Amino acid sequence: MAENLAPNWRLREQRYQLVGNVCLNCGAKFFPPRQVCTNCRGAEFDSFQFSGKGELYSFTTLRSAPAGFESYAPYSVGMVKLDEGPLVEAMLTDVNEDELAIGMKMEMVTRKIREEEGERGLLVYGYKFRPTS
Amino acid sequence: MRDVSIIGVGQTPVREHWEKGLRQLAVDAVLAALKDAHTEQVDAIYVGNMLSGELTRQEHLGALIADQLGMSGVAAMKVESACGAGGSAVHAGYLAVASGQYRRVAVVGVEKMTDLWNGSVTAGLAMAADGEYEAANGISFVGLNAMMMRRYMYEYDLVEEDFAPFALNAHANAVNNPNAMFRKAVTLEQFIRAKKVADPISLFDSSPICDGAAAVILSRSENLNGNAARAISIAASTMATDTLALHDRQDPLWLRAVELSSIKAYAQAGVTPQDIDLFELHDAFSIVAPMSLEAAGFARRGTGTYLARDGEISINGKLPISTMGGLKARGHPIGASGVYQVTEAVQQLRGEAGKNQVPNAKIGMTQSLGGVAATAVTHILKGKG
Repeated sequence: MAENLAPNWRLREQRYQLVGNVCLNCGAKFFPPRQVCTNCRGAEFDSFQFSGKGELYSFTTLRSAPAGFESYAPYSVGMVKLDEGPLVEAMLTDVNEDELAIGMKMEMVTRKIREEEGERGLLVYGYKFRPTS
Repeated sequence: MRDVSIIGVGQTPVREHWEKGLRQLAVDAVLAALKDAHTEQVDAIYVGNMLSGELTRQEHLGALIADQLGMSGVAAMKVESACGAGGSAVHAGYLAVASGQYRRVAVVGVEKMTDLWNGSVTAGLAMAADGEYEAANGISFVGLNAMMMRRYMYEYDLVEEDFAPFALNAHANAVNNPNAMFRKAVTLEQFIRAKKVADPISLFDSSPICDGAAAVILSRSENLNGNAARAISIAASTMATDTLALHDRQDPLWLRAVELSSIKAYAQAGVTPQDIDLFELHDAFSIVAPMSLEAAGFARRGTGTYLARDGEISINGKLPISTMGGLKARGHPIGASGVYQVTEAVQQLRGEAGKNQVPNAKIGMTQSLGGVAATAVTHILKGKG
């Protein structure tokens, strides 16, 4: 399944920098960014740069992976509660699975997420989280 | 709105059907339901399905199934809401008859999952969640449920074993259901030893990849012809949604769509949770069962596993669930499961559930969920009793 560049390219600010947005009416912060505020239904936003710091809300290790990720299995994924509020789901890195614990401090890093096969295959980069050193 | 009744049900066994494709399974189920309803024609067909394009390279299921049934000419369409497609198709069929537009419709849920390797199926199922922010990060559907379960165990101080009674109950009930995939009882010891798929979720916490189809024939209640004696009335058919992504929830441990669709259903049927004699819930993973029991009003927050621990979910308990094996052991052919649930509730309310008959079953509830309960479709059925 060769994918065009566009669906990845248009998410570059989210994937590389964790850019979300903030509602100009009520101040609610979102990652991923939204077009309509789920708090007040406002539709005007400023973009908002999240710090990438937070704590681990939950996690698991996948023993069998979806197509496209098989070569990475087993790998750990988690939900991180960002300091600014939103939860983010991502792969976890630079940590052994038996060291993971709910509540541990985490930070965002940019890593390769997956690699497509073939001449036109994309290298997809994005955010992962690791324990704060 | 007109009153709507179910006048026929049909189902294929849930299996790895290597010799049958999607169309054969769907046609088998509809023909069985038509026969059960002593009828040969309907005005419209609703096909519940999630992944036919992804897994079998076939879309446009409405026209396909109508054609294969020899009914070309009728209205027909596919209804999709991920794993809740079956329930949604029943809801669409209900609305079509209740509105007065159609007198009689067929609803068939079908999923053919075993034509591709497991990795492709896992990737397909992940489409039930947020493609750009969950699946794109390699997070599978079982992964989302595993994270929910771990947090649930952390918040409510539980261990994996506390979820065992759900799997044991489902498997015990499947033993007596000839259409179930796993007709084998499971012991606590086996549950504890089972291989982890995505910890804390083990093999025995997960529903299987499988094929199957189930169908119901819906009719105006005023117009039952020869079916009056066995007709089961649809007292409520409701639907609600929640955020698609788990990470967008204010409270990832509360199934808001389940709560909303249940409250609407109780109001429409004029009943309370105490009136429900059996509940076919969406036990795709063990964790979904206690969370559904809580959000649907059968248990207080964090106490859903207590009902299982105390034996209340078995056939002779206060609230039997998964009475024919549930998604766990009857099997979970994704878009078909919501229709299997309705079919099984009808068997119970007719008194045709054999060894698994819930004594004095008069009111049954079914609940079909899509994604991590981003869609919840609830039906309340009433028998003659």
